Amino acid sequence: MDGVLAHDFDMIDEFIARHHLDPEIAPEAMAMDSGEVARMLVDMNVPREQLVRLAHGMTPAKLADVVSRLNALEISFAYSKMRARKTPGNQAHVTNAKDDPLQLAADAATAVAFGFDEIETTMRVSRNAWSNAVACAVGAAVGRWGTLFQCSSEEAEELRIGMAGFTSYAETVSVYGTEKTFVDGDDTPWSKAFLAAAYASRGIKMRCTSGAGSELLMGFHESKSLLYLEARCLCLQRGMGAQGTQNGGIDGAPLTATVPGGIRELMAENLLAVWLDLECASGNDARSTESEIRVGAKILPFLISGSDLICSGFGSILAYDNSFNPSLINGEEMEDFLVLQRDFEADGGLTPLPEERALDLRSRAVEAISAVFEELGLSTPTSDMKQSVVVASGSDETRSYTPRDVAKISEAIKEREITVIEVIKALVKRGFADEAQNLLSLVKLRVSGDYLQTSAMVRKGKVVSAVNDPNTYLGPGTGYRVSEERRLELNSIRDVLDQKEVLRQEALHEKDEAKRIQYRVKGPAGQGTDKKEVVIGISPAFGLNLFQTTAGHRLSDVLKGMIDAIEKRGLKPRIVRFRHTADTSFLGISAATLSGSGIGIGIQAKGTAVIHSRERLPHNNLELFSNAPITRLEHYKGFGANAAAYALGEMPEPVVVPTRGEAMGSRYHARVALIYAIETGLTAEGAAPEDIEVKFTGVKS
Amino acid sequence: MTAKLTVADYPLAETRSDRIKGKRGKSLDDITLDSVVAGRVTMEDLRITPQALADQAEISRAAGRPTLALNFERAAELVGVPQDFIMSSYEMLRPGRAKSRDQLLEVANTFRQVYKAERMAKFIEEAADTYERRGLFTYRF
Repeated sequence: MDGVLAHDFDMIDEFIARHHLDPEIAPEAMAMDSGEVARMLVDMNVPREQLVRLAHGMTPAKLADVVSRLNALEISFAYSKMRARKTPGNQAHVTNAKDDPLQLAADAATAVAFGFDEIETTMRVSRNAWSNAVACAVGAAVGRWGTLFQCSSEEAEELRIGMAGFTSYAETVSVYGTEKTFVDGDDTPWSKAFLAAAYASRGIKMRCTSGAGSELLMGFHESKSLLYLEARCLCLQRGMGAQGTQNGGIDGAPLTATVPGGIRELMAENLLAVWLDLECASGNDARSTESEIRVGAKILPFLISGSDLICSGFGSILAYDNSFNPSLINGEEMEDFLVLQRDFEADGGLTPLPEERALDLRSRAVEAISAVFEELGLSTPTSDMKQSVVVASGSDETRSYTPRDVAKISEAIKEREITVIEVIKALVKRGFADEAQNLLSLVKLRVSGDYLQTSAMVRKGKVVSAVNDPNTYLGPGTGYRVSEERRLELNSIRDVLDQKEVLRQEALHEKDEAKRIQYRVKGPAGQGTDKKEVVIGISPAFGLNLFQTTAGHRLSDVLKGMIDAIEKRGLKPRIVRFRHTADTSFLGISAATLSGSGIGIGIQAKGTAVIHSRERLPHNNLELFSNAPITRLEHYKGFGANAAAYALGEMPEPVVVPTRGEAMGSRYHARVALIYAIETGLTAEGAAPEDIEVKFTGVKS
Repeated sequence: MTAKLTVADYPLAETRSDRIKGKRGKSLDDITLDSVVAGRVTMEDLRITPQALADQAEISRAAGRPTLALNFERAAELVGVPQDFIMSSYEMLRPGRAKSRDQLLEVANTFRQVYKAERMAKFIEEAADTYERRGLFTYRF
């Protein structure tokens, strides 16, 4: 196999040959041209099952040879087509720097509300495993049921915690691509396969872990390629009968990302996993780079292709609270991820969570775990401890348990052999019947074992897996599609700006402006004849519905600055409101046309302004302030002075508003579009201009 | 035994809940919050049974996943094996724990004789052969 004679097989070759390779398919599959198989992987007309069958007859080198022929885009497409379950999902890390159980419960409840299908915890201090497990199990039972939970700890302890009913899955069953690394990892394919059976025998879902870079980190890579070694790992996992894998670098991702083509390799190994029909928790786990651009680029292919679990640990908590190490995406980037889902209409498994709802759930979770601790005589947290946790972003802000306090609680849970039954009873006794029921429903999953099948998760109280929700992609219109209902959920991000919100914000400024300036309509505005006159043409909503420039300057200050500057040169400003247009150029040319001097200023409420001359074409002005968000009061004063100078026949230095390359379009265009719609909504075809008397009350800022 | 289960029978808890019974014969409907509070449900009732694992193996095989099915069948044999023996057997399968092929064969034999776990016994015997060939019965610590 792969150039090695059977009597030279190392234990990995031996295991793959015995348990992965299907001798009935191998002759056919191995004889196929790798290029042809690669094309089948990206051919939407070739059904997934056909390719999965061929993979059963392929050796690691053959599998690696096939996927190495695909470029990054083809890998991503093939991944989308080949992944086992149709509906995508996501997994969160829930940990904190103090192993504080109150915060674990609150953060678990938050993660569940965001929609994570699995949450995984681990400890700073290994003795705290039992406390972490109970806290997360209780927290994850708040709000809804179905989020599977794992407590990553030492193998034997993890299995015991599972047997006590607190956890529902495990993914720490690591495998490696070389024999020496495997032995250094203190296991063999047979010991890991034994563990796989042991987990299933206890009704606990299990997946393996592997990924490029681990052999390199552990010092025994045998000069074999990352992809080939990972192909060996994945064939082993299928051979063991694991339902799935967590791969795509994992702990080796940062190292792999330093190698040319490393990220493409990580994508390719995820593709191998799903081609081998394994559930794939597709890495995007350890933060592989400190560059935010590389982080965004790393996650995108998985977000748009979908994955059983897009991250095998999305840091739902702040980076410093992540006891695994910072994730590719952390609590700090939660909003970015939610916006990416919305931008691409791609289902990353999460749903925006309103802040009030989050606070309610956190409070409920903290009360629930406190009740369990009190009821079982483990500890009695104070109300200050509880309150500090509910509103905390991270453990820096809490006044709660320390790791030492937690060790006592944890050891008591272990020594007294407390099980989920006692926890459920405690919850019921203290009035947390919903949470008790949710916890019971989760533990009941293990009786039927339905969730042991490939890619199983729980949605709306039902087990959804590759068996009853298989990925059946066969081109556009097939496979997973974001439903209209789901699309609306993805769209419901926070801080959405609409016209109502703009008007609400403007209304806050209305009172403030009313104290400083009064606008009075004098009557129709006629043609000026005084050569000393400069007309300032204001837009339809200026001072009526809108009161601040996009830079945040009061319109009264802007207007006063220009008026004073004009008067300073001995000229006479006249304020005219136009309603036939809201366009800056036409406000300017209309003002210049009415002006006795032939020079006018046009200004919109958002602060965009122009100096115009009646001699010029509408779009060929004298000076323009197009970047209102960075235009300051002194610029408007200069504008007034320059308008006066032009009226006096001078040629002043144009006022230049310096930019530093700000992305003003992205920051302001949504607001500007809404503001401008308010302006245009007030225009009327052929409406006549009005002279406005402006009175400043003298109230200062 | 009637016809084999297929993917259409999945999830068993929803479509074939009549087949699902805990170790002491409790059905899923018997496991309620009330019965837990009343002390009628123990951890034993919340454990998977060899039958459920055999059923899931049939479903896996029908879904084209023969290796997963074999794992479930090995698991079915382990359901009744005490936790301590599971953990000590796992320990013996780790590199260098067993100092000789015979030590592993003894573990295999216990699975076969005491727990009627024929599949697992064979699996461990296979490991013993490979460990010997690859020199894994060696000093580790």
